[in-house]
Amino acid sequence: MLNWLRRPKYGTVERREMPAGIWDKCPRCRNLIYRKELERNLMVCPKCGYHHRLSAVERLEITLDQQAFQEYDASLTSTDPLGFEGYGAKLAEAREKTGQAEAVITGDGTIDGRRTVVAALDFHFMGGSMGSAVGEKITRATERAVESRLPLVIFSASGGARMQEGVLSLMQLAKTSAAIGRLHEAGLPYLSVMCDPTTGGVTASFAFLGDIILAEPGALIGFAGRRVIEQTIRRKLPDDFQTAEFCLQRGLIDMVVSRAEMRATLARLLAFFGAPRVAPAPEEPAPAAQP
Amino acid sequence: MTQRPPRPAADLDHQLAELEQEIGRLHVRARDHSESRETEIAALEQRAAQLREEIYRNPSPWHIVQLARQAQRPRLVDFLGSLFTDVIEIHGDRLFRDDPALLTALGRFDGQPVVVLGHNRGKDTKENIARNFGMPYPEGYRKALRAMRLAEKFGYPVISFVDTTGAHPGDQAEERGQAEAIARNIQEMSRLKSPILVVVTGEGGSGGALAIAVGDAVLMLQYAVYTVISPEGCAAILWHDASRARDAAAALKLTARDLQDLGIVDEVLPEPLGGGHRDAEAVYRVVRDGLGRHLQALREVPREVLLDRRYAKYRRIGRVVETLAAGGDGDRAEARP
Repeated sequence: MLNWLRRPKYGTVERREMPAGIWDKCPRCRNLIYRKELERNLMVCPKCGYHHRLSAVERLEITLDQQAFQEYDASLTSTDPLGFEGYGAKLAEAREKTGQAEAVITGDGTIDGRRTVVAALDFHFMGGSMGSAVGEKITRATERAVESRLPLVIFSASGGARMQEGVLSLMQLAKTSAAIGRLHEAGLPYLSVMCDPTTGGVTASFAFLGDIILAEPGALIGFAGRRVIEQTIRRKLPDDFQTAEFCLQRGLIDMVVSRAEMRATLARLLAFFGAPRVAPAPEEPAPAAQP
Repeated sequence: MTQRPPRPAADLDHQLAELEQEIGRLHVRARDHSESRETEIAALEQRAAQLREEIYRNPSPWHIVQLARQAQRPRLVDFLGSLFTDVIEIHGDRLFRDDPALLTALGRFDGQPVVVLGHNRGKDTKENIARNFGMPYPEGYRKALRAMRLAEKFGYPVISFVDTTGAHPGDQAEERGQAEAIARNIQEMSRLKSPILVVVTGEGGSGGALAIAVGDAVLMLQYAVYTVISPEGCAAILWHDASRARDAAAALKLTARDLQDLGIVDEVLPEPLGGGHRDAEAVYRVVRDGLGRHLQALREVPREVLLDRRYAKYRRIGRVVETLAAGGDGDRAEARP
């Protein structure tokens, strides 16, 4: 696997809470799963198919071919432009917890031998929230795709705009969307993958601007939060409200793709949209997962 | 005016509320006991008037939030009636329905054809219920985009008025693709081949505001606010205490002056003392003047230059640093996008 960032492997929140870290309790079916088995299965519960949230590093590891990933802007971070109460400490804590400088990793690599610019948001870093740095990294990555005439693949996992940067965060919706607009004008493909959860400002900007929009099973996808909506309409929402499957049925996204099929699906789409193969296909296919 | 040292406005606000209560109590007592309290009342009234003046001269961010939400503030229909001639309202997104929360119209500004759109807030409960308090559904944004495409086709400028607490947070809005509608508008406005002028007149509430607020020039009334989240929402989420909205209002940097400092607003349009609702004519004058000047300047800009400038305007926004080691203590330098 790629080893371009020193970072504890599989440092997701749920698993850290497990003693000894040998067994994981599935949050959906409540079965105890042997951790090695879960990892082999791309962090998808072999019993019920629950897709655990992945860090950005894990996401890139299971998506890209096993060769050099060229990371962009690894050290670019937000400052605390408004001097917002508690923000500095939260940023430091998030960096400590994830080993990342910010809530998104961007760069380029290959998927089944086809070079693509890729970005993965990390929900474990302040809820994947978009402030100046996330907006800037997504924008730069998009502009690099345009300059190098490469496709763009973005894995979103975010609670939305980062409140602690005020309207500067809101304006990142405009900045990223404008960049995506230029990519579309340049005739380059953009595949948007929505992971659990993709909500708020990220949905109201680049995540919903993909040529093709894919989602992982069960992912929460929506603009407004469930509680706010329930307060507005004064009734309970159905359990499946704002899930990937719900969005597919309402015509909001193109397909729901299991983690096991995601890499191959992206490769097919990249091939369809004419992304050239720059490297031979990897000899070993990505590890297969049971549903 | 006064020689007293400045105090935090929140304090003034509190004092004013107490004074007003005391005046009310005195009135009641005077009535119930047929006593004459006029001198006392007059003295307190005078003090209250002084306090009001102080608050108005230097309102805190929280006061400005209150002013921006003032029910009698000039609304889109007022601006339409006072700044434009030959106004023809157009309706519908051609996909689902006509959203009354978002108004689109053809009109003339200084005799020149323009397309006008904006959040259609009402002034009383009846109007507001009919217009969903100016909170659009996805079809509202799609109607706006349709109007903007019309402007683009004929080379007319777009003038957009922003005044909403936010997008409608309802299940149907979600099902019909609220996020997609906002994202689409933001993207299309960033490359629409017509000049776009934006005026934030009241509340600029997050994505619901930005969905019609990407433009070549963004003007903002002095006591309007523009924010990523309401101060109440921010306080509730970050500090688990909605009563700290006042603190959140200050922390979020949501006033017109703050946003001008952050490079998000191009010009602040001054309002009369105490807020635009006290003298609507004065507000129409500054908005007319601001629009006139910016429109004139934009008409002279070639289209390609216009679009490059618009892209660069948003491209610049944000504050980031690059450190040598990720998360480490490397040398810091301002990043240049």
